[in-house]
Amino acid sequence: MYLYDELDRTLVAERVAEFRDQVARRLSGELTEDEFKPLRLMNGVYLQLHAYMLRISIPYGTLSAEQLRMLAHVAQRYDRGYGHFTTRQNIQFHWIKLEQLPEAMADLASVGMHGMQTSGNNVRNITTDQWAGVAPDEIEDPRVFAEVIRQHVTLHPEFSFMPRKFKIAVGASAHDRAALRIHDLALRLHRNDAGEAGFEVMVGGGLGRTPFLAKTIRPFLPTRDVLSYVEAVLRTYNQFGRRDNAWKARIKILVHDLGVEAFAKEVEAEWQSMKDGGLALDPEVFAEIAARFRYPAYERLDDSPPALVQARRAERRFDAWVNNAVTNHKVPGYAIVTLSLKPQGGTPGDATAEQMQAIADLAERYSFGEIRVGHEQNLVLPHVAQHDLAALWRALDEAGLATPNVGLVSDIIACPGLDYCSLANARSIPVAQEIASRFRNLDVAQNLGRLHINISGCINACGHHHVGHIGILGVEKNDEEFYQITIGGRADEEARLGTLIGPAVRYGEVADVVEDIVAAYLELRERPQETFPQVVQRTGIEPFKERVYAAR
Amino acid sequence: MPLVKHGRIVADSYVRVADDAPVTDDAAVIVPAARFLADAGALVQRGTPTGVLWPNDRRISELAPWLDRLALVALAFPIFRDGRAYSQARQLRERYGFRGELRATGDVLRDQFLFLIRAGFDSLEVKKDADAAAFAEAVGRYSVFYQPSADGRVPMARQRLLSRSERSTAGAVQPARSAPAFVDSD
Amino acid sequence: MTSPLQQKLKISGPVVVTANRLADGAVVYLSADRAWTTELADATVTTSAPVAQELLAAAKGDRLRAVDPYVAPVRVAANGSVQPGNLRESIRSAGPTIELPATG
Repeated sequence: MYLYDELDRTLVAERVAEFRDQVARRLSGELTEDEFKPLRLMNGVYLQLHAYMLRISIPYGTLSAEQLRMLAHVAQRYDRGYGHFTTRQNIQFHWIKLEQLPEAMADLASVGMHGMQTSGNNVRNITTDQWAGVAPDEIEDPRVFAEVIRQHVTLHPEFSFMPRKFKIAVGASAHDRAALRIHDLALRLHRNDAGEAGFEVMVGGGLGRTPFLAKTIRPFLPTRDVLSYVEAVLRTYNQFGRRDNAWKARIKILVHDLGVEAFAKEVEAEWQSMKDGGLALDPEVFAEIAARFRYPAYERLDDSPPALVQARRAERRFDAWVNNAVTNHKVPGYAIVTLSLKPQGGTPGDATAEQMQAIADLAERYSFGEIRVGHEQNLVLPHVAQHDLAALWRALDEAGLATPNVGLVSDIIACPGLDYCSLANARSIPVAQEIASRFRNLDVAQNLGRLHINISGCINACGHHHVGHIGILGVEKNDEEFYQITIGGRADEEARLGTLIGPAVRYGEVADVVEDIVAAYLELRERPQETFPQVVQRTGIEPFKERVYAAR
Repeated sequence: MPLVKHGRIVADSYVRVADDAPVTDDAAVIVPAARFLADAGALVQRGTPTGVLWPNDRRISELAPWLDRLALVALAFPIFRDGRAYSQARQLRERYGFRGELRATGDVLRDQFLFLIRAGFDSLEVKKDADAAAFAEAVGRYSVFYQPSADGRVPMARQRLLSRSERSTAGAVQPARSAPAFVDSD
Repeated sequence: MTSPLQQKLKISGPVVVTANRLADGAVVYLSADRAWTTELADATVTTSAPVAQELLAAAKGDRLRAVDPYVAPVRVAANGSVQPGNLRESIRSAGPTIELPATG
């Protein structure tokens, strides 16, 4: 848990004061909407279908209980009692009033939270693995580097008016849980043969109208050089990214147009001129930031305490939940717990203010006061003692936060879609709900194994549909909602883009189509452990295409 | 269009020369880039200060050979959202060590003043009178910064390593780094 | 349902001018006397392109109260009641089509 200090809080407070002034100047007419819009976007304030939407930054998806309580307060006081966790580890409130924003932001600032750079053509939230710091397979906590970079790019004078947004992700394990390759810039911490830690630098990922996976431009960058190298990439992008067409302005287009080698050369040339300047990561400065990451005072505990074993035997539902939502922790006797925000009939990723309060309380009691947000729109309690799991589960179950569907077919990732978003062509939430309803039987869902369905309501792809095992994209045809279906995408270390299986289908047919695809998978898989994307890779899309379109 | 330089509204001592207009010897001039490059050798040997208006889509490296003899470089913001000149400004100051006047022109608005100063600009052709009058307020909005930058203020990471007493002066704006090659007439 | 702000002005049936209220983002419709109402029933409906153009221009000039105005289709029922003309406008008018999370 990173502890903000007086200086961090001063910056946020000054930002609140600045925005308060900007809102006042807009409301008085001194600023036009054209002048105000980029300013409010730089604070995460969007205008959506029904109201303003406020997106609040949750740096690398890490929250304290105190901060989560404040989010609950904002939901209750300024919104309609709930919030939505996003695919970039942030939270959104959909019913905000502009005139109340300065107050809401002042409340958030009191716990070090803000909406800075959650929108606009700047560097957005730096995301990482929701199990960072506790996953057994990571080499070091990537969040320290994420924080170093976050500070550097916050209100950066050079990179606040770039051609388009810029998304960075940092990972530190071979198994990629942060969807690195769909980011503009991805940094994967690993060790070279000499045992030194450094970054594989990948650039040019991004979804949307022209999806690309990021390409490696530098296999090993010593950690001391990370800030100067990030600046070199950003400067190259700021100077040469397209400004004439918003659909072609991301860095992925620049990398594609120049070619990876030419692009890398530009970055290297820029970097050579600045690498030994003031941005070399000073060990003292790094140590100071690292020291403000507080880690729990873990007790010395044993794995599989008898109480846990007994409870699992005694209660089938608890056992099913442990199998599904609880994973190994790097410290013996502890566990990582995922809270599904995908209950039957709910909106994927939403949590009520009451639930947020409950989770904050449980985090204090069972997780050293810390919560994580994952890009799959679920929450995590990262430091739970195994002997506390039964008590935790009972509380979560009561609060509707213990659906054992994590990573399963009904753990659907969906953007808000046309029910909320002014960019959308079609709805995504009711589609997700209908699909989840078809697979509400947990035994059926378990039997299918890991299966990621991603739904986006428009080509901006906030639902990350391109990298879903099953991807669903809402489009509009003659004022009616249609959906394109892709299969075989992956967001992990074997990232790939899904393949379109055929013509778009109507709103009312999507759930049937998904059932057909799932049925085909069950017939085709050679053994239960062969996952959906593995089958698609082996068989290609033809058998699925046939099954879906035979009768349509 | 008021000119704000080193925090004050001042008269502009430079004359903008159109593409084909003659360059006189009795005034400080700002010459468009193409014109400058076509005749750079002569232009930098003038008795009065020479400046160039450089577009935001040309590399600064092209201007590099002349920087030690240019009194002023003016960079362009066709629209405030087009931030290419921020990168040009930093390259001029930090990579090429340009110490002359660095001027922001075009769609220069209040809410970008602080970014501009921190990127290395020391004079701004401000679009709105009201914004020019509010310059001090605009750049005074923040007392802490994460990044090292051209205005000399100590970044937060460094501030944390200072003692409390040192910290209280670290946030103040240092005098501008640039020292003009010619005497200002303001 | 592509944002009407990106479309050229096309009128083929009855339309209203709609926007979001500056202060709170609420959906509003231009009514008589160039006022803004949250009730579609009170909106000024026109089938004339020049009139729509004029209303839109007036709305765009009202920078203090409304943001991003545009012309939206409506349907006029036999009994004269005005209904939203497409799914997007229905959602803007009536709110999300899903049940909002229960609040305590």
